[in-house]
Amino acid sequence: MESIPIEHGLILAGILFTLGLVGVLTRRNIVFVLMSLEIMLNASGLAFIVASARWEHAEGQVMFLMILTLAAAEVAVGLGLIIQVYRRFQTVDINVLSEMKG
Amino acid sequence: MLDLIWLLPTFPLLGFLSLVLTAGRLPKSIAAIIGAGSVGLSFAVAAIIAIQFLGSGEEYFVKEVWTWMSVGTFNPGFSFYLDGLSLTMMLVITGIGFLIHLYATGYMDDDPGFSRFFAYMNLFVAAMLMLVLGDNLVLLYLGWEGVGLCSYLLIGFWYTNPENGYAARKAFVVTRVGDTSMAIGLFLLFAQLGTLNIQDLMHAAEAQWAVGSGLAVAASLLILGGAVGKSAQLPLQTWLPDAMAGPTPISALIHAATMVTAGVYLVARTHILFELAPSVQLLVAWLGLITLLMAGFTALTQSDIKRILAYSTMSQIGYMFLGLGVGAWSASIFHLMTHAFFKALLFLASGTVILSLHHEQNIFKMGGMRKQLPVSFWSFLIGSLALTAFPFTSGYFSKDEILLAALEMDGPGLWLWMGGVLGAFFTGIYTFRLFFVVFFGENKGHDSEREYGGWNMSRPLFVLMVGALLAGFIGLPLDSVFGSHGEEEHHVSALMHGIMIAVPLIGIGIAYLFYYSKTFSVDKLMASPLAKNLHKFWFSGWGMDALYNWLFVYPFLWLARINKDDLVDKLYALLVELSRAAHAMIVKTQTGYLRWYALSVATGLVVILTLGVLL
Repeated sequence: MESIPIEHGLILAGILFTLGLVGVLTRRNIVFVLMSLEIMLNASGLAFIVASARWEHAEGQVMFLMILTLAAAEVAVGLGLIIQVYRRFQTVDINVLSEMKG
Repeated sequence: MLDLIWLLPTFPLLGFLSLVLTAGRLPKSIAAIIGAGSVGLSFAVAAIIAIQFLGSGEEYFVKEVWTWMSVGTFNPGFSFYLDGLSLTMMLVITGIGFLIHLYATGYMDDDPGFSRFFAYMNLFVAAMLMLVLGDNLVLLYLGWEGVGLCSYLLIGFWYTNPENGYAARKAFVVTRVGDTSMAIGLFLLFAQLGTLNIQDLMHAAEAQWAVGSGLAVAASLLILGGAVGKSAQLPLQTWLPDAMAGPTPISALIHAATMVTAGVYLVARTHILFELAPSVQLLVAWLGLITLLMAGFTALTQSDIKRILAYSTMSQIGYMFLGLGVGAWSASIFHLMTHAFFKALLFLASGTVILSLHHEQNIFKMGGMRKQLPVSFWSFLIGSLALTAFPFTSGYFSKDEILLAALEMDGPGLWLWMGGVLGAFFTGIYTFRLFFVVFFGENKGHDSEREYGGWNMSRPLFVLMVGALLAGFIGLPLDSVFGSHGEEEHHVSALMHGIMIAVPLIGIGIAYLFYYSKTFSVDKLMASPLAKNLHKFWFSGWGMDALYNWLFVYPFLWLARINKDDLVDKLYALLVELSRAAHAMIVKTQTGYLRWYALSVATGLVVILTLGVLL
């Protein structure tokens, strides 16, 4: 079977990660920020999978399972917080929620 | 019985504790019994110990009670050392101390601080005994500071008058200068010779230091600093006249008979050090001479009865220092002993006069007291005769020995002798000036008073009168302490002897002409401006107080004023300001925008990765 070279996988992971980061930095809607974070997590998960395929090791896949669990928990908590924030401030604009400044 | 020597300071200490812990709740009679009785018990023990010790023929006796502290080779103990010198001191302190305590039970009778007074007095006696009996310099120093503390407490005894508090502080601070010098001396001795046990120290010094070596000079100078502070000699003498602010028994006990002679004791105790440093020993003699002359001139001009006596104390201690300086150790201690008798007598008698006249201290407002106050009159007569070294009174023998020793010294001996004789001349004038003014002449409005005090005030005076007359015939067991000089034959011509006897008598005669028969008038003498200025100068104690104010007090106050806001604090305030500023800068980065935090985390990561790749 023709295997995909590791570089391709890593470049894809890098592109996804950067997209996610840019999303976190530029989005104003807090829901989209959360989604961008998910993209970043998945990008790193992809990097683990690629590496585990390349070296034929199971650990990378185990790590991806962990990231998956973590992402699920994070989304659950994050969405819960967002709902609370929305109830309280009637907005999901992250710039408006900048109360904790020095 | 000799083993019981530790009881000596213990009795007064217990007296102090019981008086201080009951805080004045004891009835006056019990406080008096505890206060005077504890010292009386000490005297009884001291007398028994003295008889046993002299009977045993031993040169010295050491009793170690316990080790105070032990650090490496430094382990001073509560050990008592008894020899002829400490025996003499111990008997003087407990004996005369007991008489003065007894007198004080009458003198302080109507004072609200009665039991506080005796508590301090007892503490003083305990500390003073510790001072003279300690076999190491650390224990001696403990007693030394103890008596200084008691002196402070008792000068300021009537603390409601701020002037008394000022006098107490002055005495404390001025003697502290000397004490500091002495402490440095102790450090030096320990660092160089490795022990502070006095006898070991003297032997080590003799073995290791050459005569006139720098270390010996430094050590003896530092010790001398302590001695002049305590004994009110030049240049630390200014505190003694002000110390008369305390009750009169205090002036008798602390500022005449015992504490102020502690300096003489210290120098005599460490006399081997001074023999190793002849230049310092000569300095002792000159200091004593200058002090005794200055104090003599000053006493001539004073009008307060206690200040006159204070200056005469200073002058008599000057004689003791003169004796120490010319190597007449035994004669100095002898004079210390006789002086304790007649000066205690004079002070106690002046206390009776002052109380009888309702706290009048100005001698020119007294007069004609001979009939009214017979006990005081006789006390003053005998005390004054002894003070002026009238032949065959106690002061005559001791002062004579000191002056003869000075005369026999090579080099400056003749000058020292002449100074001493001049001092004796002035002693005669100022003592009998006081005597004639107070007890003769017309009465100045103190008519109906009778003599104050009961048996407990007059008995001590009688005992002291006998002592002042006859103490000169006591032979002190000092030969084994200072090397056996034995009964030295003084090779002095009859002429010199005659001068020494005649000069004080001439002084008395002059006082008689001026103040009794009024053949000459003081007012005429005082008419010229020169005499007026001289009088003012001497009255202020040669302007020493003003000089010290200019040299030390004002500069210190100035420093204190500019340092009022604490210069060192400025440095720390600067540190605080710096961290505040840094804080303000860092606070700006906390914007509350999540994107900024994420960006800075990402940037940091990129920077670290880049560095990791590049390096």
